[in-house]
Amino acid sequence: MATKASRSAARVMMAPAVILLLGWMLVPLTMTLWFSFRKYLPLRGGDLGGAGFDNYLRFVSSSAFWPSVITTLLIVGSVLVITVCLGILLAMLLDQPMWGQGVVRILVIAPFFVMPTVSALVWKNIFMDPNNGLFAHLWRFFGADPVSWMSAASMPSIILIVSWQWLPFATLILLTAIQSLDGEQLEAAEMDGAPHLKRFWYIVLPHLSRAITIVILIQTIFLLSIFAEIFVTTGGAFGTKTLTYLIFQRVLESQNVGLGSAGGVYAIILANIVAIFLMRIVGKNLDA
Amino acid sequence: MGRITLDKVTKSFGETEVIPPLDLTIEDGEFTVFVGPSGCGKSTLLRLIAGLEDTTSGQIRIDGNDATQLPPAKRGLAMVFQSYALYPHMSVRKNIAFPLKMAKMAQSEIDQRVDNAASVLNLADYIDRKPGQLSGGQRQRVAIGRAIVREPSAFLFDEPLSNLDAALRVGMRMEISELHKKLATTMIYVTHDQVEAMTMADKIVVLRAGHIEQVGSPLELYREPRNLFVAGFIGSPKMNLIGGAEAEKHGCHTIGVRPEHIEISASEGPWSGTVGVSEHLGSDTYFHIHDTGLADTITVRADGEVGFNYGDRVHLSPRKDVIHRFGADGLRIA
Repeated sequence: MATKASRSAARVMMAPAVILLLGWMLVPLTMTLWFSFRKYLPLRGGDLGGAGFDNYLRFVSSSAFWPSVITTLLIVGSVLVITVCLGILLAMLLDQPMWGQGVVRILVIAPFFVMPTVSALVWKNIFMDPNNGLFAHLWRFFGADPVSWMSAASMPSIILIVSWQWLPFATLILLTAIQSLDGEQLEAAEMDGAPHLKRFWYIVLPHLSRAITIVILIQTIFLLSIFAEIFVTTGGAFGTKTLTYLIFQRVLESQNVGLGSAGGVYAIILANIVAIFLMRIVGKNLDA
Repeated sequence: MGRITLDKVTKSFGETEVIPPLDLTIEDGEFTVFVGPSGCGKSTLLRLIAGLEDTTSGQIRIDGNDATQLPPAKRGLAMVFQSYALYPHMSVRKNIAFPLKMAKMAQSEIDQRVDNAASVLNLADYIDRKPGQLSGGQRQRVAIGRAIVREPSAFLFDEPLSNLDAALRVGMRMEISELHKKLATTMIYVTHDQVEAMTMADKIVVLRAGHIEQVGSPLELYREPRNLFVAGFIGSPKMNLIGGAEAEKHGCHTIGVRPEHIEISASEGPWSGTVGVSEHLGSDTYFHIHDTGLADTITVRADGEVGFNYGDRVHLSPRKDVIHRFGADGLRIA
């Protein structure tokens, strides 16, 4: 359909958008790479010249580096497991015909519309506050000592908050996938003698595999850079310092742009390693 | 064994009664076809027998045992769905093996039965492919394969050929009939296509709005339709139904003459009219005759070589011995 002329015209017309996007991506990346090889301390003299691989060596040899990588992976992994498992269950529940279906579906999606900072603050102050939080009241009602969530159970708390935020996304994607399952397939499996659990295992779950893959890939991208939830709750204390948070501390709290940029490059490498693993494990589900 | 008896079975969805009380017996080894226009309840009836819908009241017996409350898997029936309902992520082999695997059969026995089914249905060449890589006819065969490995007491087919193109449909029709002869198992087949019903059935059940209009062999239904609905539904092209004065000559309210029972000629015959559209099939020609004063259109089947043109004046003579007579209530007058 497209003639040679219309194809080249299309290229010319797409060019501004492509160049803009490319610049948007390349400029920060180049700047990060540039700064990572400089000794750049904004409040202590500014750019103090080249630093070679000093920043890279300092960043990895810091005692906070490996714990932060592990914390990052732990949060990403746990949130993925929780959102995918609960998401499948919720999606199957919401797929059932029930009264007030439309309203319920909107309510389920609602947490996704709440800004991360706000939702983390709501959890921290309204639910998890050790003196006045709802959980504290609940614990006291049963005669137990209130848990000081943010210090004593910091990781589970953050995982809980982040899971709560991302569960709607998983549910929504999985719900649309479940709705596209052919009812006759389930009936055929029922005729073939498969009880409920086996129908789920052999028919529903394979049908959802592609949607689950998409949920895992998209969530991983966003969860690797999770920041706001940690910033407003623990502030990186009590073993909740992720790689992103560590970079933030290096750049803004220590005012060392060079060191932070080197961390940023490590974060890119980590993200790529995770991406390669994910594509190996689940990527084949995307081939039709 | 596969004798299925329906005893005063009813089905309602909320307030709407889809199947009024209905009695029916399907003998062991019989090829029974449920036929009727869409929405007549034939698929619902099949799903009641399969156990995919609960009966509102009445009893379904399979080989004399009450199966009304049994779950579908326990009824010993196998079903072939309209969409084939193959499991898209499993290979053909795994699809066919699925019911056996669910029955916790030994792997060696499963392999043997699957290979057997594959050879009966000529599936061997694509046994390791996924359903998405198969054509419509091949998918249909896999669906049938999945049904036969269970060695069920009866097969249920829910409009299995409606997704196939015309040529393939004729072929699959033959294959299913062949399979029935080979297995000699009860088969219940739902279709809205009366040609399928006529060509395949031992027994046809004509349904309208959940009611059984007539039960009988294809030729019984063709020769002696019990009422106007069956008369119009069975046979292709449709029977010509003529009311008014012509019917009164035969002492009834409506007469029915099949297109193949009318002679067409240029010169003589008691009825006359002008030729409208004619459909040339090669072997036969169907003429649609207008302005006869009897009905809007009279359809006539003639030999393929008979040639009349649009607008020609022709004469028609119905064969006296095969005129069907119906009373004012629509029922056949013997």
